[in-house]
Amino acid sequence: MLGKKKRPLAEIPSSSMSDIAFLLLIFFLLVSNVDTDKGIGVVLPPPGDSEIKLNPKNITMVLINSNGEVLFNDRVIPVEEIARQAQELEAGNPNMVFSVQTDRKTKYQDYINVVDQLTIAKVKKLALIGTPQ
Amino acid sequence: MAIKKKSKARSSIPTSSMSDIIFMLLIFFMAATTLKTVEGLKVKLPRARSIAKLDTPKQSVLYVFVDRTGRINIQDKIFNVYDISEVIYPIRRRDNVLTISLRADQETKMGIVSDVQNELRDASALKVNYSAKPK
Repeated sequence: MLGKKKRPLAEIPSSSMSDIAFLLLIFFLLVSNVDTDKGIGVVLPPPGDSEIKLNPKNITMVLINSNGEVLFNDRVIPVEEIARQAQELEAGNPNMVFSVQTDRKTKYQDYINVVDQLTIAKVKKLALIGTPQ
Repeated sequence: MAIKKKSKARSSIPTSSMSDIIFMLLIFFMAATTLKTVEGLKVKLPRARSIAKLDTPKQSVLYVFVDRTGRINIQDKIFNVYDISEVIYPIRRRDNVLTISLRADQETKMGIVSDVQNELRDASALKVNYSAKPK
């Protein structure tokens, strides 16, 4: 018998370790940064029931009912139409105020859809009327 | 005369501790990411198109969570609607550029959202950001 035992190498290859760690590191760096806050910015009116007399010609009423249907200047229109119509009205009258009023049972998403459309139309004067109690 | 004894400086950077450093960073970020997800209420944010990044510095942003059942959470405490202005007013007085990030669920009823907005007006916290996700 020949006593020539070949010992296998008892070492774990560690050269690729740092590469793996680097990849994981970069992954978590990206993932932890994903949750930045995004949204639609609005400025609420100051406190107190300030009744401002407006010329009715300068007001566009936007009503949203509990089913998410939109009444825009007394006409029912699809939500996607609001941006275009609002832009037209704003072009015709720069002082136009868009008054958004909702039902207490309206879903938040439906309200956001309308505010979103008005933001797309770059409306300058947006009035958010509180829903009646 | 001239004793030639040049000591050669080692020209290689020790890289054996590199992976340890990276591992430490990795563990830190793993811990940091899991910590972030537990705060607030579970809400499904509404979807919108015209969203923009919040431009206020992070320390001036106050998160107000409203979930679909109408529960309101500010700084990890549940509040009644009519207590919001009292809670927010002292914060608003300390911070002039305070922005409220309203994280309401898509299914929340507008009644409660409107009440929250009225309370925010009472607290003079007028800069509001409706948190939303891209469509």
